Formats: sequence, structure tokens, C-alpha cells
Amino acid sequence: MLRFLLQRGGQALVAVFGVVTLVFFIQRLTGDPVLLLVPETATEQDIEAMRVSLGLDRPLGVQYVEFLFDMLRLDLGRSFVQNAQVWDILLSRIPQTLQLAAGALVVALLIGLPLGLIMALTRGRAISRAIMGLVLAFQSLPTFWSGIMMILVFGVWLKWLPPSGTGTLAHLVMPSIALGLLSLATYARIMRSAVIDELGKDYVRSARARGVTTGRLVRRHLLRNSSIPVISITALELSQLLAGAVIVETVFAWPGLGLLTVQSIASRDFMVVQAVVLLGAFVTIAANLAADILYTVVDPRVRLTGKA
Amino acid sequence: MSAAVSLRARSARALSWWPAWLLGLLVLAAIFAPWLAPMDPDRQNLLARLKDPGFETRGATYWLGSDELGRDVLSRVIHGARVSISVAVLSVLLSGAVGVAVGMLAGYLRGWVETVLMRLVDIFLSIPAILLAIITVAVLGPGFVNVILVLALTRWPRYARVAYGQTLAIADRPFVRLSRAMGAGTPRVLWQHILPNIAGPLLVVATLEFGLMVLFEAGLSFLGLGVQPPMASWGAMLSVGRNYIATAWWIATFPGLALFLLVLSANMLGDRMGDVIGKGR
Repeated sequence: MLRFLLQRGGQALVAVFGVVTLVFFIQRLTGDPVLLLVPETATEQDIEAMRVSLGLDRPLGVQYVEFLFDMLRLDLGRSFVQNAQVWDILLSRIPQTLQLAAGALVVALLIGLPLGLIMALTRGRAISRAIMGLVLAFQSLPTFWSGIMMILVFGVWLKWLPPSGTGTLAHLVMPSIALGLLSLATYARIMRSAVIDELGKDYVRSARARGVTTGRLVRRHLLRNSSIPVISITALELSQLLAGAVIVETVFAWPGLGLLTVQSIASRDFMVVQAVVLLGAFVTIAANLAADILYTVVDPRVRLTGKA
Repeated sequence: MSAAVSLRARSARALSWWPAWLLGLLVLAAIFAPWLAPMDPDRQNLLARLKDPGFETRGATYWLGSDELGRDVLSRVIHGARVSISVAVLSVLLSGAVGVAVGMLAGYLRGWVETVLMRLVDIFLSIPAILLAIITVAVLGPGFVNVILVLALTRWPRYARVAYGQTLAIADRPFVRLSRAMGAGTPRVLWQHILPNIAGPLLVVATLEFGLMVLFEAGLSFLGLGVQPPMASWGAMLSVGRNYIATAWWIATFPGLALFLLVLSANMLGDRMGDVIGKGR
């Protein structure tokens, strides 16, 4: 177990190091990262002054090592556009994005898991195919379109919900649904295949032979045994939600990290864009690691084979 | 009698592949856009701004209404298919070529090549794709070519994973070993023996990725990071339409519907293909 943890943790560290390196080199894709940091009105002298003050005139290797050390100290730098520490800017936006992600997760779990269960139990029948069609449709919905359509119907025409912004629980409803639909599809499909797997096992057949009702079977056995893939997929979905938030937040003017990213690109605030990407990657890596560990804790069989 | 039955069975089977038909129809619309579109998609008519669907003026009908510059929404939706489909096809080809090559090399050569390449794949996969695309566009700047490059850069690891797994599974098969024993070099083995045998699953991935690429292009364009105006892109039209949602719902509705149908047909087709290949195994 300890060996597995060390090995898996080591892999995660390599991934973190790789991501930092990748971001460092992406910055330099156009050759001159200073151009990403100065306003478009900057003169030659401004640009040169900025280059020297940031140390960007030094050899690439030196800059790279310094960037690595900054990351080790969790120093994301300063935003020149907003004249503030990047961390402070991020921290002011994180709660909104977490709220949105939580809302989306609730939508996805509450609707996706039952749909998956129904699909598995009615396999081969028309209702199962109909639900699968619905799920595929959800998967193909561009969030920005479904979001705009919801704004049109529920915000503009029916006036049931506020069309955009934040503040009350009502504001959270439409963005959560828009963001949650994609994950909903994932959960429904995972749940379906997990339950179908379980249904084929011997204990289910013998329970049925003993006269155990479907409802009891589902409550007592299927839900518990199907939970492992659901847990591990949740870790992956978290990073999906974070990424999806970029567009959903823009549609609904929801002031979280996603909207911050888009605004920062518009105002040429590259330090902030870079920080959000790094944060997104770290969350993904951490979530994957957590999923793997949870996996071994929940299902001891994984440990025996040594591979998660 | 039996001819009639088999005809019915055959048409039922053809119908069950409706996603392929729909996809084909949309591709045709993209190819023949200049002949199909009733108007020039970029022609502005400031006297006919934000008109309802069905609005008529001087013999021209705006079947799906007009946008904030008086351009015909229907014509722009048809031309938008060109942008969407060409970006998606080119980025799928590019990312697929890179990813498949990487995956096959890693799976066939093993050793340190495998370690390095697959670690690289892991690293790329740890950055949420849309974020990686956004930061790269932020550096390179938006535009048609850059969007394709960025999407390819973001998505090749997906193909690499699949190609790697598939290659591992067949690299030890007798026919591969035989051809190597007979002196075939690595490129020849990969190209002639491995690639044809792993093409099926890769085709399924490419079809699903096509839908995803359409969504990504539209998403980037929606954020103003994709294809630039005046090129008609569904994502950009949606972004404008969002601002006029209270007064002119059609500007956002129709390009979004087209986008949805294109992605849906690709996803459904990929799903069906996956089922067929899965059964064949």
C-alpha cells in the first residue's frame, strides 16, 4: 500500500513539474513573453524597461529555473493590469466557481445516476433506448447554447429566473443546469454500465432466485457496488467542471474563475490567465491522485493486483 | 415477397444510421454553401437590422431573420458550417496524425521511448483541454489557422492513448513478429501491419473527437478567441446573439441549433461505430 502511494504520488509530482514546464514554454511560443504583459499602447522603451525589470532579458535557462522556484514557493506573481497579487485575485473568485461546480455536480448526480440505473434495469427496451438518446443529446449540447436558450425561455419569456448575475439561489439554477448537463451524461453512462456489470454477477442471480425484489436488490447491493466507478469519475468530472465554467460563467456573467480568465485575456493580463491554467492543472492532478487512492481504499481487490 | 421484406429490413437498417445521413447532409451544406445560401453572408443591410424570421424586403426573404448588421442569419448559418467543419476536420487530421504516430511508437518500441512519450501524454492530459487551448490562443492570438494548431496541440494525447493501448495488444502477434524477422524496418511494420489493425477504434475516437472539435471551435469563437469576424462562425454568432437575446432571439437560436445537430450526429455516429466494432471483436 505504501509503495503504491509513493509511486502514485511520484507520478503526480512528475506531472506537476511537466505542467509547469509546459506552461513556461507556451508563454514563449511567440518568442517574446513581454508582449503578453504590456498594454497595446506601450512604446519600445516601456517594453524594454519591463523586460529588464522582470528579468526577461536573461538567458532562458535562468528564467526557467527561477520560474520553477516561484512555483515551488507557490508564488504566482503580480498582475500588472490590476496591480495586485495574482493569488488575491484568484482567491476573490474561487468561492463563486466552487458554488457553481457544486450546483452542477448536484444536478449531474441527482439526475444522472437515476437515469443510468433505469437504463440498466430496462436494458433492451424502448425506454432504455429513449433515455440513451436523451443522454447523448445532453452530451452534444453546447453549454453556451443551452445556457442562452434557458436565459431566453426562463429569463426573458417566462421571467421565472434571473437571466444572469449572482446573489441568490435562483441565480445559481440555470448556470448549474447548463454546466451540469455534460457531467450528467457521463454519470448516466457510467452508472448504466456499472449496474449492468453487477446484474450479470452470480450473487444477483441467486438473490433473484431467492425471490429478492428488484427494489431491495437495488437498495441493498447494486447501489453500493456500483459506487466505485462513480467515485472515481467524480474526480475527473471536477476538472471538467472547472474547465466548463469558463464558458458557462461567460454566458451567465457569473463572476468566478472562468469569467476572470476571459476578462484577463481581453485585458491582456497574462499572469492571471497562466495562474488559472496552472490551478486547473493542479486540481486535475490532485483529483486524479485522490481518485486512485480512494479506489484502493474502497476496493481492496485493486491493491492485490497493484494497479489502479 | 422476400424482396419486399429484405427491402424493408434494408431501409430500416439504413434509417438506423441516420446520424451518418445527417452528418453527410451538413457536410454537403458546407461544401455547397455559396450555392445554397440565399444571400451573401457578409452583405450588410442597415435598413433590415434585427428583423424577424420571414421578413421580406425588395424581393429578398430573411427566412431565419437578420442580425444586428442586417445580414441574413440563414446564409450565415450555412456558411458557418464551412468554418465549423473545416476547422474540425483539419484539427482531427493533425492531432490524429501526431497522436497515432506517438502512440504507435511508444507501444511498439517500448523502453525509454515509451516512458518519455507516455509521460508526456499524461502531462498534456492533466491540463483541462479547454484551458490549454485558451492559454495557447492567448499567446498565439486568435484566427483560423491558430485555432486548428491549438486544437491539435490540445487533443493529440487522446489518440496517443488509444493507439498505444491497441499497439501493445497486437505488437506481439505472430504476423508482426514474422514481418520483423523478415527484415521489415519499424516504419514499415507500423504503417503496413499495425496501423491497419488498429484503425477501427481510432476511427471511432476520431468521430467522437470531431464532435468535440466542433464544440471547441465554437466555444473559442464564442469567447472571441477563435475564428475572427467577419468570417461566419456559429460560436461568434452565438456570442452576438447572447447580447440581443431579449430583442432578437433568432440570432443565437439557429446557429446553436445547427451546432447541436452537427455535434449530435457525430456523437451518435461515433457511438454506433463503437457498438459495431465492439460486437465484431
